[in-house]
Amino acid sequence: MTDITELGIAAIRDGVASGDFTAVEVAEAFNANVAAASALNAFIVETPEIAISMAKAVDDDRAAGKDLGKMAGVPIGMKDLFCTDGTQTTAASNILGGFIPQYESTVSANLWKAGAGMLGKLNLDQFAMGSSNETSAFGNVISPWRIGGGNNAPLAPGGSSGGSSTAVSARLCPAATGTDTGGSIRQPAAFTGITGIKPTYGRCSRWGVVAFASSLDQAGPMAHDVRDCAIMLESMAGFDPKDTTSLDLPVPNWQAALNSDLKGKKVGVPREYRMEGTDQDILDSWDQGIAWLKDAGAEIVDISLPHTKYALPAYYIIAPAEASSNLSRYDGVRYGMREVPEGANLQDMYAATRSAGFGAEVKRRIMIGTYVLSAGFYDAYYTQAQKVRTLISQDFKAAFQQCDVILAPTTPTASFPLNDKNKDPLSMYLNDVFAVPASMAGLPAMSVPCGLNKDGLPLGLQIIGNMLDEQSVLNAGLAIEERAGFTARPDKWW
Amino acid sequence: MTKKYTVQGATGEFEVVIGLEVHAQISSQSKLFSGSSTEFGAQPNSQVSLIDAAMPGMLPVPNMECMRQAVRTGMALGAQINKYSRFDRKNYFYADLPQGYQISQLYHPIVGEGEIEVTLDEKDPDSATKKIGVERIHVEQDAGKLMHDQHPTSSYVDLNRCGVALMEIVSKPDMTSPQEAGAYVKKLRSILRYVGSCDGNMEQGSMRADVNVSVRRPGEELGTRTETKNVNSIRFLMQVVEIEARRQVDLIEDGGEVVQETRLFDPNRMETRSMRSKEDAHDYRYFPDPDLLPVELDDAFLEECKQSLPELPDEKRERYENELGLTAYNAAVLTAESETSFWFEELLAQSVERTGKSDKDLAKQCANWLLSELFGALNKLGVTLEESPVSPSQGAELLSLVADGTISGKIAKDVFEIMLETKQGAEQIVEEKGLKQVSDTGAIEAAINDIIAANEDKVEQYRGGNERLLGFFVGQTMKAMQGKANPQIVNEILKKKLDS
Amino acid sequence: MSVDKETVTKIASLARIAISDDEANALVPELNNILGWVDQLGEVDVSGVEPMTAVIPNELRMREDIINADPLTGGGVRDKILANAPDAEDGFFAVPKVIE
Repeated sequence: MTDITELGIAAIRDGVASGDFTAVEVAEAFNANVAAASALNAFIVETPEIAISMAKAVDDDRAAGKDLGKMAGVPIGMKDLFCTDGTQTTAASNILGGFIPQYESTVSANLWKAGAGMLGKLNLDQFAMGSSNETSAFGNVISPWRIGGGNNAPLAPGGSSGGSSTAVSARLCPAATGTDTGGSIRQPAAFTGITGIKPTYGRCSRWGVVAFASSLDQAGPMAHDVRDCAIMLESMAGFDPKDTTSLDLPVPNWQAALNSDLKGKKVGVPREYRMEGTDQDILDSWDQGIAWLKDAGAEIVDISLPHTKYALPAYYIIAPAEASSNLSRYDGVRYGMREVPEGANLQDMYAATRSAGFGAEVKRRIMIGTYVLSAGFYDAYYTQAQKVRTLISQDFKAAFQQCDVILAPTTPTASFPLNDKNKDPLSMYLNDVFAVPASMAGLPAMSVPCGLNKDGLPLGLQIIGNMLDEQSVLNAGLAIEERAGFTARPDKWW
Repeated sequence: MTKKYTVQGATGEFEVVIGLEVHAQISSQSKLFSGSSTEFGAQPNSQVSLIDAAMPGMLPVPNMECMRQAVRTGMALGAQINKYSRFDRKNYFYADLPQGYQISQLYHPIVGEGEIEVTLDEKDPDSATKKIGVERIHVEQDAGKLMHDQHPTSSYVDLNRCGVALMEIVSKPDMTSPQEAGAYVKKLRSILRYVGSCDGNMEQGSMRADVNVSVRRPGEELGTRTETKNVNSIRFLMQVVEIEARRQVDLIEDGGEVVQETRLFDPNRMETRSMRSKEDAHDYRYFPDPDLLPVELDDAFLEECKQSLPELPDEKRERYENELGLTAYNAAVLTAESETSFWFEELLAQSVERTGKSDKDLAKQCANWLLSELFGALNKLGVTLEESPVSPSQGAELLSLVADGTISGKIAKDVFEIMLETKQGAEQIVEEKGLKQVSDTGAIEAAINDIIAANEDKVEQYRGGNERLLGFFVGQTMKAMQGKANPQIVNEILKKKLDS
Repeated sequence: MSVDKETVTKIASLARIAISDDEANALVPELNNILGWVDQLGEVDVSGVEPMTAVIPNELRMREDIINADPLTGGGVRDKILANAPDAEDGFFAVPKVIE
């Protein structure tokens, strides 16, 4: 019998449904992989018993002849930004140390309803702020990938969904949830050779997801292939009246409509994405991607997104501004950490608690956000950034007059060693330069593995679609997946 | 014209400039952004949702009714209604504010400029009126409550109020005396209660005012203002204006300078003092709430709001005077509070139904009875109109007995006393106690014949020109008839007999 | 635009984050590096451009005024509200005494 942990969502679900193996067997197999992988530090909390009991429920349903959900019997990893009823949720921050939510996020509830089970809560950059998973209060996540030739330097799994990318890549779980504010699904997916999609803003409810930047945050799946992403996104998405930015639209059956024949489709290649500082390997992979999509029948068109270079600086005003306000609720009064120095008054308690509870990167972003919103600077920074955001959005609107999807690299580099960039925040921020524009415009975007660089590290290609057109993104992703034949995987060293 | 209000300092007179920010709790079942109840007086933290407590990942969903009530209030003030408005976050840290920001409306409020006309002396309906400008109305969340007396070293936080919808009604700095400020709040409260957008209950904190006061010598520029927070009665409000104006004048004359700051009123010490706890919270870093899209109202919604507005106090007062023929004073008193006017209108309608007479014929009688008899009785009992032991329908029953001549006005007073005591209906009381007025001319004539016969001397005097003696004969007749004779008939027969 | 140590201290105080002198000194160049970089936004001609309000066209949905229509967003859940409190007494959250 094949090793169950080699399988993805579709294969596990079908295997459970047809009785090839039970959901409990699946859960046990992945529980074992999780337990054996502590060196990767992908999980903050492991929940093997929950995985087993949820699997048992699926087996019982099957035995009773009940209809099984889209993800019945598939155990997944849950990024520790999703509040889970009765299971500690921390956003990888000490300020939420020991916090046990008394409620379940809409997205995780949707997944459980579809029959998925929970293997544990996945590590991430603290409050999803970071691109290397080095800002977690629970330690760095280590990528399962290594540079060949005896170089064992620990590499970054990307961020902020670094626990998710590592866990899927190392087959600790067949799929995991991610959240993407400025590339947090796509960049770690690219770094670890897996597939991840951020849907249109509003497809997935934000209710019960620890907020980073409200106008940008969007949940999405991270899995082995395009089909698995489609299945899982269908399970996560859907209208939620508890989130006023949730889109009141039916969830399409993306998986059933998957089609890698791109005849009649136009693929835009944005000239502004040819930036200085991009690795030659990345540029080569982009050219290869263009050739693959041409091969799939698509017409390639040269497009322009003139405000691309301003997307990242605008993002670093808007996201910290929103975060500075969203994170004000962590004050030591109602939950989480509380620090009360001797003789402290209420305001001293706030300052001490927040100083002790937040990590350095979180504090840095709160400081930037507080500054750009403060009296006298609001218009120059925040209003200006929101106007630039409008222009970025208009760029995309114009581009989608000429093409159906846009092809670009996901990141300017492959994974880098831990401690390489964390001393210089700005160089870390720049790793999201290709991912952020789609976030700023709320558009669906996906990263699909396309090959390895000269060091043997995975690279990803990014497909950006028009609003609500996840289908075209998935289809183009599938066309690349079929041609890339990406089968590389990290050698097990953990 | 009322005399201009000034504060006399050692070096001359000062004028006072007052602006008010009234926070009115919007009447709604559930909170502005969550489904928890707004009911007053529940167990601590029992009416708190995960949203109100700002748990991680919680999101606000606005309550349509709150927006509707704000729009209706704006319409009642003749104000500009903004079809596009937006919620902003006002960021500051305090233990009664779980989110670390209050969701409010700074840049685009739902209601723009309007005005309120106030009568400067309510006892005198002919006194001068003044229009006070309303700058804007915006909708926002209330904060929770901190309690300091339960524990020696801790303050306790109750979030039941947290997230309850408020309207902040911001006046222009158009008021120049404590009386004007008092009259403004009184009138505003009356309008809110008519509209039904706020119960106006100041004791329970449903309405409270931040009082902005500055002083200046006549003709000078506006002085620096202070803001005294959370004043919760009209009497206190007027006191705050007086005390704060006096403090500022004294300060300026002593060579000091008024500091723009937030102050607190202490009614026990009759002073205002600086609020230390909010001192460094001046930079609120307002920005549009990214969890909420702009509020866009369509014409159908606005039309529905407009259609649902009741007749407002100024319109009512005019109608009472012009169509019902009431005095200006009565019309003013009856319309000052919505309950009084609703009670009056119900009383009038029921009386019309019972007697078949027109409302114009009955209005004066109803108004007089309500304002003197009923209010007098309620005063004695120490209860409000809402707690009245007598309903409008029972009042109408009593008044119609007078109107159709079944009992006299004098007997009616006795019947009313019994009604208050026994809660019985007027008709039943009149029936059981045999108080029915006698209109039988035969019986009355017989009694009058006896009295005339027994008082020959007085008859002579009357006929000799002492017409005042008619009263004596009426009194004797009524006494003989145990007060139940119809006074009109008594008068008629007496005159006929005496004059013949 | 750039910040000095005094501004950094003021911002930290507004944000209720206690920082030491050393931390303030370290934050000055860090923040200036980032702020200097975002200053390039000033180059963009935004005349006639409205600031973004909704990234995807959508209208604000409102709820009916019904108490506890959805148990997830309603009240009457005091145990859940207080479950994680660092200090709760008699049904209240407790904080260091506040003097108003």
